[in-house]
Amino acid sequence: MTNWIDIGTLNDIPQRGARTVRFEGAKEIAVFRTGDDKVFALVNECPHKKGPLSQGIVHGHSVACPLHNWNIALGSGEAQGPDSGCTPTVPVREENGRILLAHPASIADAANLEDAA
Amino acid sequence: MPRTGQAAQADQTESLIVPADDGREHLVVVGNGMAGCRAVEELLARDAGRYRVTIFGAEPHVNYNRIMLSPVLAGEKTFDQIVINPCAWYDDNGIELITSDPVTAIDRAAKTVTALSGRTVAYDRLLIATGSDPFIIPVPGKDLPGVIAFRDMKDVDTMLAAAQAGKAASPGDEASNSAVVIGGGLLGLEAAHGLSLRGMKVTVIHLMPTLMERQLDEAAGWLLKTALESRGQTILTGADTAEIYGNGKVEGVRLKDGREIPASLVVMAVGIRPSVALARAAGLDVNRGIKVDDHMVTSDPAILAVGECVEHDGQVYGLVAPLWDMCRSLADGLTDRHTGYRGSVTSTKLKVAGLDVFSAGDFSGGAGCEDIVLRDAARGIYKRVVIKDDRIIGAVLYGDTADGGWYFDLLKKGENVADLRDLLIFGQAYAAMSASGGGALDPKAAVAALSDDAEVCGCNGVTKGQVVGCIEAGACSLDAVRAGCKASASCGSCTSIVENLLALTLGADVEAGPKTLCKCTSFTHDDVRREIVAQDMRSIPEVMHKLHWSTPDGCSSCRPALNYYLLCALPGDYVDDQASRFVNERMHANIQKDGTYSVVPRMWGGLTSPRELRAIADVVEKFNAPMVKVTGGQRLDIFGIKKEDLPAVWADLNAAGMVSGHAYGKSLRTVKTCVGSEWCRFGTQDSTGLGVKTEKMTWGSWMPHKFKIAVSGCPRNCAEATIKDFGIVCVDSGYELHVGGNGGIHVRATDFLCKVASEEEALEYCAAFIQVYREEARYLERTAPWIERVGVDYVKARVVEDEAGRKALAERFHHSQKFSQTDPWAQRAAGDRADLHQHLEPLAFPLANAAE
Repeated sequence: MTNWIDIGTLNDIPQRGARTVRFEGAKEIAVFRTGDDKVFALVNECPHKKGPLSQGIVHGHSVACPLHNWNIALGSGEAQGPDSGCTPTVPVREENGRILLAHPASIADAANLEDAA
Repeated sequence: MPRTGQAAQADQTESLIVPADDGREHLVVVGNGMAGCRAVEELLARDAGRYRVTIFGAEPHVNYNRIMLSPVLAGEKTFDQIVINPCAWYDDNGIELITSDPVTAIDRAAKTVTALSGRTVAYDRLLIATGSDPFIIPVPGKDLPGVIAFRDMKDVDTMLAAAQAGKAASPGDEASNSAVVIGGGLLGLEAAHGLSLRGMKVTVIHLMPTLMERQLDEAAGWLLKTALESRGQTILTGADTAEIYGNGKVEGVRLKDGREIPASLVVMAVGIRPSVALARAAGLDVNRGIKVDDHMVTSDPAILAVGECVEHDGQVYGLVAPLWDMCRSLADGLTDRHTGYRGSVTSTKLKVAGLDVFSAGDFSGGAGCEDIVLRDAARGIYKRVVIKDDRIIGAVLYGDTADGGWYFDLLKKGENVADLRDLLIFGQAYAAMSASGGGALDPKAAVAALSDDAEVCGCNGVTKGQVVGCIEAGACSLDAVRAGCKASASCGSCTSIVENLLALTLGADVEAGPKTLCKCTSFTHDDVRREIVAQDMRSIPEVMHKLHWSTPDGCSSCRPALNYYLLCALPGDYVDDQASRFVNERMHANIQKDGTYSVVPRMWGGLTSPRELRAIADVVEKFNAPMVKVTGGQRLDIFGIKKEDLPAVWADLNAAGMVSGHAYGKSLRTVKTCVGSEWCRFGTQDSTGLGVKTEKMTWGSWMPHKFKIAVSGCPRNCAEATIKDFGIVCVDSGYELHVGGNGGIHVRATDFLCKVASEEEALEYCAAFIQVYREEARYLERTAPWIERVGVDYVKARVVEDEAGRKALAERFHHSQKFSQTDPWAQRAAGDRADLHQHLEPLAFPLANAAE
């Protein structure tokens, strides 16, 4: 059973931008809002050198990592084009204008998110 | 015989109307709108005599077409023309209609409904068709007289009265003839259009950045806004209503940014919500809407629901087509057919203020999706079809919606469109013609089939024959064709046809053209810069539309470039797009490999003071910055600052009088100096002082790339001025000016520009040089490669030899600087865009507590 957490409204995130959510003991999560007002959530790390994807330029349904311009598909977390690698995605949905994020502890791949430390 | 409100009053003494015992089940319908009556129509069509029917309506009218309220407001139709079922229909079918008496309670145990008047009626089956309620945003003043929704005939009457009063108002009384519509969705735009036609001055306030964002993508929304503005409406997007003000009645609307718009009428059209209060009070299962199964039966088997008030399989619909589907399934169920409703795929085909708009399916794109985009700026047409796995999953059309039905049909049937793909965007007629013409499904073949006198380039009136003639005379590239016969040299919409003609005529001998700006466009940087100025384009969506971008909102290469080009072309006018800036410029600090930032305050000409040094030292300690370092540009760089701490760091540095060093920007970075004549025994001029003056003149200017200046006090050149973008070397007789140096990967010493006699001249030449670079270099092209490309002689011709041109360039630079010399740190420290620096709630949500 997924445990959903209300993290705010669509307007709390700039269009073609992202904001971050922190959970103790888990990696920072980036929540993206695209130009067409879709919402996606990824672990806030590029698969390349852990660049904070939340700070990249969002275009279409992709984000360009701010460190080395890798393009990451927001839906799958997969690196695009010549690059390969994948960032874990986090289930997120919109309901009655609120953004609900799956709690990392309640999703199946929570193990991915927990810091070894 | 319909009972009016008065009749309802008179009936109050009857506590319970006992149904005439004619042996038939009694179906009571709550709601005399489009869904309720359509359900009854469907039922009558299947088995006219099966149920005895009573319909309750809250309004004083017979069943009318709510969608047609807009034409009534606009004066295109009368109320009588939008009636669906007149009194005779109710009479002929033995339906009892009770108007002006909304049902207020359902007693499921007793199987009765009670209306506002107190009238109670027993039912065997109950149908709830209460539709939806307009959503009223909870701002102060929402209850003032003159604030209305746009939902029923009463609202239309109020709007017509306001327009009438506006006409009668004295000419100076602007507010009386002004209306504000809150909400730039379909309903809001229709209200605005109607009020506008009735002579009112209308302002539309829309919270989102583009109009009708649920139905249209950004490009189409932008076109719509442009068209409405050209018809005299004022459209404010990204505008958040703070309050509606007025003394006893509406006088205007105040936005959160402080703007006030006077108005005598405010129409709230921000959305609708399923009307579920009655059902919820009766204890039915309600989520967003009243929950129904595939036969439109609620959680109570005796109660059905249909229309906008229901939720089926998690979906709530606000369009009319699904409602017809639901009514068919409902009537089937009531007559024991049980076909079942399976949900609806919806499309929206609209005429908004006379402008054709269509959307269907999912046009948001994304992984695995392919966009096919056609933009024809001259005809005001935009088409976008989204394909996934060779099937259409969505479409947006603006300006020409003739093929909407065809796309929607292909979408609903899930047909494989692989064979049609290349021609799909041109529409059904073209695809069919090509298919029947012997399988001519190749765009090249289609071009080959054009007659010689067919016009290829509409802008310049160039025919296919002329283009082919130009190619045969030696033009081997797109650019050569553009230069030779002007085809594709203006709006560019015929570029693909010209390319196909090149390929057809020359086979493999086509020369690759210059590199395009990015994969989203066939235009080069230079083309885009030229067209922005020539066509007076003012926003990124406008450029993307007029220059036929192939993606809906560009990529991380073109967006920052377009943002810069517009900023450079329209100083003081263009609104910077934060989402089109790289992270360093967005955060006004340098991102480092661990995701933290470094902060470099400006030290004018390399000078500092105890107060500034103390402030920097305090910041380093207070925010535990792990390192502070002297940069190559004579500044102090504070490393390891967290994104959320940046505003506080800037506030502390600002308090000591320090401003942003723009060490992060495609902008003027530093002006490096040596100590010069004031202290140095070799110094010939005051290089430090001139460095400060130069930096005060140039700081804050956005450039195609980073830009560095240095001033050396003597030919020993301690400030290394000969590897800077602009270098000044002071000599006894004046100032030697150098340009185009670079100490980066490809080290390049400067070219000597000229020698001048005074500081004033040095500053003027510097401003002129920067401006010609700002206006003509390609984004992310530093001065060194730019000068190698255009030649130093060209730069000399512009800056040294053409005195009037130099002064004009310097003047344009100074004009632009009036708008760019604001300290971004001060703005952020004061709270501007604080959201960029903060995490979303919940901050540090404890993992252990929520784990199950």
